[in-house]
Amino acid sequence: MGSKLIIETRNLSYRFGNQLVLDQVSLNVREGSIYGFLGPNGAGKTTTIKVLLNLLQAREEKVFLFGKDLNNNRIEILTGIGSLIEQPAIYSHLSGKENLLNRALLLSVPAARVHEMLNLVNLTEHADKKAGKYSLGMKQRLGIALALLHDPKLLILDEPTNGLDPNGIIEIRQLIRKLVEERGKTVFISSHLLSEVEKMVTHVGIINSGKLLFQGTIQELHNVSMKQLEIQTNDLISSKELLCKNGYQVEILSDTILIPYLSENHSAEINRLLVKHDHKVYNLTLSKQNLENLFLSITQI
Amino acid sequence: MQGFLLSIRSEFYKTRKTLAFLSAILLPLILCILITAGFYTHADKIMFLSAKMQWFRFSGAFLGVMGSLILPILIIFQTFSINNIEHRAEMWKSLFSLPIHKWSIYSAKYVYVVFLNALCITLFASFIIASGYLLNVLNPELKFNQFDISGILFKLHLKLFLASLGILSIQFLFSLLWADFLKPMGIGFMLTVFGIITANLGWKYAFTIPYTHPMLALQSMMKQVLNNQNGQMEFDLLSQEIYVSLIVAAITFIIGYFVIIKRIIR
Repeated sequence: MGSKLIIETRNLSYRFGNQLVLDQVSLNVREGSIYGFLGPNGAGKTTTIKVLLNLLQAREEKVFLFGKDLNNNRIEILTGIGSLIEQPAIYSHLSGKENLLNRALLLSVPAARVHEMLNLVNLTEHADKKAGKYSLGMKQRLGIALALLHDPKLLILDEPTNGLDPNGIIEIRQLIRKLVEERGKTVFISSHLLSEVEKMVTHVGIINSGKLLFQGTIQELHNVSMKQLEIQTNDLISSKELLCKNGYQVEILSDTILIPYLSENHSAEINRLLVKHDHKVYNLTLSKQNLENLFLSITQI
Repeated sequence: MQGFLLSIRSEFYKTRKTLAFLSAILLPLILCILITAGFYTHADKIMFLSAKMQWFRFSGAFLGVMGSLILPILIIFQTFSINNIEHRAEMWKSLFSLPIHKWSIYSAKYVYVVFLNALCITLFASFIIASGYLLNVLNPELKFNQFDISGILFKLHLKLFLASLGILSIQFLFSLLWADFLKPMGIGFMLTVFGIITANLGWKYAFTIPYTHPMLALQSMMKQVLNNQNGQMEFDLLSQEIYVSLIVAAITFIIGYFVIIKRIIR
């Protein structure tokens, strides 16, 4: 992966009237990465994307793409970006192929590239079907084909898996991986669900209420996740009562007792306490907090 | 400039199979067929007139209804259809995030609507002339072939075209602002009716309302032709309502760009 910054925002703030929508957001997206931009609905994801595409303009020199200031190099920068904002923008009265041909005409792209894109997103068989009759998954794939038509270096996708069934999500995921691995693209993908992008992203940025709360590799996100002890006993309720009486912070999730992990000795003490009071300990394991829970805890700050 | 030309080509490509484009051809064609059929079946009523008067009556049948009602309504429909294609597809954001100047995209769309209007009006003039000669072939007793009206008719249609640009710009703005059919159509229709009333009443300031301009253009032409001492069918291309129409068109076109940039992106 290259170390060159493809997207860089420097303390980017944006207001709609008096409402501060983005508050000092400093994004760093490196070449060849798949950057998952996460946050709940209304966190500022789409606004950030609109600023990155110059649909909304940052007041000063705060946004840099491919190392250049966006406000002063709009056309040059947009030549290197393919985007899909909110839902795919498709002319429903035209076929999938005609949608691509129209875009090819606008961007002076050879028509041969249309067939290549149809093939890439597995829409060759449906190329002549009216796009209005496409399923949501097919529309999303056509939207990605439209974004890729002029062979951009950077792909910005705003919630591309929204409303898709599990198969559709897997298809999009595979397509994005293919684009990065085989074609060397950089992908910036937003989502409100970590689980949808967790398996494909290399980097993560978490935004809430306009503030960037976390930014790093997916591994770094795993590292900050809190370790927990998972305990299974013959009687969860009485085990919980016993542990609570002895000052432990206990939670029951399904058939497991969860206790924040402190140290190996601490774990041994808990085990000894349970056994001493005739509780049968079936299982005592160390686990990390589920990433989704971590995401929720970060965004609920 | 390249972005502008490519955008114009794209406009044609995406609308070529829609009613927005086809209406510019079909409307003059259908109206021509209907009026020609009417004149053919009732040819005896104009047979006794001079060649010039036969043309006057024949073209007047088109122009009366076109100047007051059909032209404004067609413009309302076309501007709505052209912009609705983008509204329906949620396309504005996508278009404005392409490496093309926003101004090129906006102005190409406007110029394309102007082109459709020009095409429609040119076809009207062409079909009227062709129909006149066709009537003469079908009924040799008619005298359409004895007077050449083409120069006057094209000049008159050019005047109508210029007079309609104010309405076109306003309706273009309305249909950019509102994605639904009722608002631009309803307001446009109301203003057209208001325009017809004020123009017919001869209100002193009717020329300030763009929706009266096609009708006022016809009225001023008629007035000039009837007052000509030498009996020639001469009239000025540029008159008060044409100047107002052009000024309204230019101002609304520029305002429209800023409105659309602010409104659509959110």
